[in-house]
Parts: sequence; C-alpha cells; structure tokens
Amino acid sequence: MKKLINRQAGPVGRWALGLLPFVILAVLYLVASDARLDANPNDKLLPSLSSFSEAIERMAFEPSKRSGEYTLLVDTLASLQRLAIGVVISAMIGLVVGIATGSLPLFRAGISPLVTGMSLVPPLAILPILFIIFGLGELAKVMLIIIGITPFLIRDLQQRAEEIPTEQIIKMQTLGANTWQIITRLVWPQIMPRLLSSVRLSLGSAWLFLIAAEAIAATEGLGYRIFLVRRYLAMDVILPYVAWITFLAFALDFALKRYSQWRYPWFHGAQ
Amino acid sequence: MAAIEIKNLWKEYGQDVVLERLNASVEEGEFVTVVGASGCGKTTFLKMMLGTESPTRGELLLDGKPIPDEPDETRGIVFQRYSVLPHLTAVDNVMLAGELASSRWLGRVFGGKRRALREQAEEMLASVGLDHALSKYPHELSGGMQQRLALAQALIKKPRILLLDEPFGALDPGIRRDMHELVLDLWRKQDLTVFMITHDLAEGFFLGTRMWVFDKERLDPQTPGSYGARITYDLPVGNSDKGTLQSITQSVDSTARVLGA
Ligand SMILES: Nc1ncnc2c1ncn2[C@@H]1O[C@H](COP(=O)(O)OP(=O)(O)O)[C@@H](O)[C@H]1O
Ligand SMILES: [Mg+2]
Repeated sequence: MKKLINRQAGPVGRWALGLLPFVILAVLYLVASDARLDANPNDKLLPSLSSFSEAIERMAFEPSKRSGEYTLLVDTLASLQRLAIGVVISAMIGLVVGIATGSLPLFRAGISPLVTGMSLVPPLAILPILFIIFGLGELAKVMLIIIGITPFLIRDLQQRAEEIPTEQIIKMQTLGANTWQIITRLVWPQIMPRLLSSVRLSLGSAWLFLIAAEAIAATEGLGYRIFLVRRYLAMDVILPYVAWITFLAFALDFALKRYSQWRYPWFHGAQ
Repeated sequence: MAAIEIKNLWKEYGQDVVLERLNASVEEGEFVTVVGASGCGKTTFLKMMLGTESPTRGELLLDGKPIPDEPDETRGIVFQRYSVLPHLTAVDNVMLAGELASSRWLGRVFGGKRRALREQAEEMLASVGLDHALSKYPHELSGGMQQRLALAQALIKKPRILLLDEPFGALDPGIRRDMHELVLDLWRKQDLTVFMITHDLAEGFFLGTRMWVFDKERLDPQTPGSYGARITYDLPVGNSDKGTLQSITQSVDSTARVLGA
C-alpha cells in the first residue's frame, strides 16, 4: 500500500469525500433537532424540516399579508441592489486610482500614504459617522460598502499594475507609445482580469458591510430580515436566509470567475 | 560621422564599477555582437543605449547628440522574456506600433486604415514564419515563436537601432541556429544597426560584422566591483582564428569564475 501522502482520490471518490461532511452535518442536525423537539415541542433553537418548509413557503412563495409583496424577493432585490452599486462604484474607483498610483510614480508618491492610512481605519467604527452624515437612507449603506472595500481594491490593483513587467512598459515606448497610450493599451487591458479577481476577493467583505448596515438601519433587505426575526428566535427563517445569502455569494463569485475566463482567455491560459 | 559614438563611458552603481573607459564608434548598418562573462555589464550597456540607465561619466552619442534618456521609437528591443504583450494576439501585437502612431488618443484604428495595418502585419509575420499563428495569443506559442513574434513587432516599427539582449538564450540549440539566420536575414533587408548580446562566445564569431568582448582587464578577486569591464576585443567577424577564440575564452572564463563566486 502506498504512503498516505501519495494517495489520491479518484473522480467518484472525490465527490463522495466532498459530500461526506455535508451528509454528516445534516444527519447530526436532524438527530439533535428530533431529540430537542421530543423533549419540548415548542423548542425554537433547532426547528424540524417541516417548519423550515413552512417558513420558506411563507417568506418566498406567498405574498406578505401586510404589504402584499413576496418578502424574500423584496429583500433579495434590495440587498443585491445595494451590493451591486457599492461594489461597482468601488471597482471603478479602485481601477482609476490603482492604475494611476501603480503606473505613475508621481501619483503613487502623492496618494499611496493616504490610501494606506484609510485602509487601516476599521470601516464599522465609522458606520455611526456615515449614518450621521448621510442619514439612514440607501446612501449610508452603499457608502459603508465603498469605504470598506475600496482601499483594498486600490492597493491590490496598484500592486497588480506595478507587477506588469518593466520590459513591457519599455517595449511600448520603443513602439512609440506615450504615457496615455501605455495606460490605455497596456496597463488597463492587463488590469481588467485582475480587477475581477480582486472584486471576487472583496465580495466577502462587501456582504459583511452590507448585512451590518442593514441590521442597523433598513426597512427591507436580507440582513434586515435576519436581525428582525432574531427577536422572535425564528431560526426557521434565519437559517434558510443564511443558506440563501451563501448561495447568492457563491453564484456571484462563480459568475465572475466564468466571465473572466471567457473574456480574458490570455490571462487564464498563461497562468 | 559614425552613427554611434562612445567616448570614455563609465557606469558605476555606488562603489561598484560595472563598466569603465569604453571607447568605440559604430557605423550605420553594423551588426555588433557583444559577449562576456555573466554579470560583467552587457545588459547595463544595452540599458544605456536604450535610455533606461544613464552613464555616470563620459558620453554616449547618437548622430553626435547624447542618446535620449528614455526609450523611444529610434531604438527597438527584444528581451529574453516578456517582450510581447500577453493580452494581444500575434497579429495585434505586430499592428500595435501602427495603431499607436496613427491614433494618439485611442491608440486604436478602425476601418480601411485597420485593414491596411493588418495587411502589413500579416506580411511581417509571414517573413518571420508565423503566418499560421496570426490569431494566437503569446501563451499559445512556443518560446521560439514568441521571439519571432517579438522580432516582427520590433522590426515593423523600422527602428534605427535594434537591441537584442540574449534573445535566444532560452531556446534549444537547433532553434537558436534558425533564429540567427532569421535575424541576419532581416538585418540585411532592413539596413538596421544591431547590437546583440549573447552568452555563447562561439556565436559571436559567426554573427554579424563585428564582435565586442566585455571583460575586466584588472580583477581583484576580493572586491570584483573595484574595476569595471572594458571592451577588451573589438574584432571584425570572419577574420579571427582559433587561437584568438581560445585566449578570449580563457580570459572570459576566469572573469566568470570570480563574478560567479
Ligand atoms: N540597478 C542596479 N543596481 C546595482 N547594481 C546593478 C544594477 N543593475 C546591474 N547591477 C550590477 O551590474 C553588474 C552587471 O550586470 P549586467 O549588466 O546585468 O550583467 P550581464 O548582462 O553582463 O550579465 C552586475 O554585477 C549587477 O549586479
Ligand atoms: Mg544580461
């Protein structure tokens, strides 16, 4: 028999091994939930499968009695809209500032210290300031996402721009390029796929800031809903919402990855 | 007047003297091969020609004027690696120079102009034997094909001086021979002045019109940086005998041992 360090799972084995922890967790949950409900039928901590499906039915497929809208849909659209606006604005700022500081030494000297300083401020600590300045509306929530992820994006993209081999920048000049052309024909196209991977990395934080902002001040949204029903210990709503948020995060990440592979084959092929 | 004049040129990095007292003049259309131990300053010399490094003493003149201190279209270059742009296909890489010249702001052209540029680029690619790989990205090309592409990209701009820094050092010997023929052929057709660095001494004896050996005349094994390399041999190609090759090889090898230690 081979040493453990040399043993690989086959294609079927890999799936089976990957699924195993999920199955174990599900079984453990069901056993624990049954035990608790046996002891106390009104227990709310570990709801049974049937209460989950009732909660999902109520939140996703029936119009709300109060507003006549589908709660999950309204929450999802509100959250995704905030997330998208925040991330797109951050990405655009990151792209422009990152390219400028990454490829122009004079810009770097002027702006980098400020960005480094800003990236050290914990964004959640300034959330109250945002609410004071921008009020409790949409703007404050989007601003939190922007303030939370833009410094990271700027610094990451600056680094990526600096990593472009000097040979290529020299090459462009020997082909007659001026600074603007070096940026538009070399730096920008090479940074785009890297922007997508930086955005993928920052999405986790973006969700964090979104949910935090919604928890404090909102009238709809996925984060708002979770924190609202927490008051009633409604685990049957919270857990499906968490699963849904996880799925959305996964789907966004997957879509960005696939888009990048399709749009920038040279980037993924050369790696 | 010679196209390039080198007058008492020095290059130092702090305490370390890399090159000292270089003197030479090069006519339009010469093909100079530069050989020497690794670390003796060949690339440094090329960087001064390119304008990314400046001499610490002396003069480096192009047509009687100091050579511009940043890269521009008078001097084309092919490096050992990273010479072509990975995000452009072969034909786009070669069209780039033309696009940059005709559109200062966008750096892109469309329509008839684009078709004309593309035709020229295809012709150029055919002359380096890449007519079958027009729409391939560099990562889909072998090392030899990437360097052919780099040559095509540099030459379509018709630079006065072409600088080659061990362009074929990473290629297999057979392919390297093909590439040498290609370079000689392009040089004859285009009237270029070429400087080509190679680490293979024997190569320098057969390529082009002139060979320079960069070597340290004085060498202090404890502090190899206290004296710089000079042009110790400046030979016309084709006139040198076996004995010269041997004595150059010995001298360069002993320098290489000190620099490599
Ligand atoms: N930017 C630099 N700063 C300090 N020393 C350098 C720098 N660039 C090159 N050198 C030194 O100059 C010497 C010559 O380097 P190089 O021209 O690359 O040699 P070659 O191309 O002949 O192998 C080396 O000892 C190298 O360490
Ligand atoms: Mg070198």
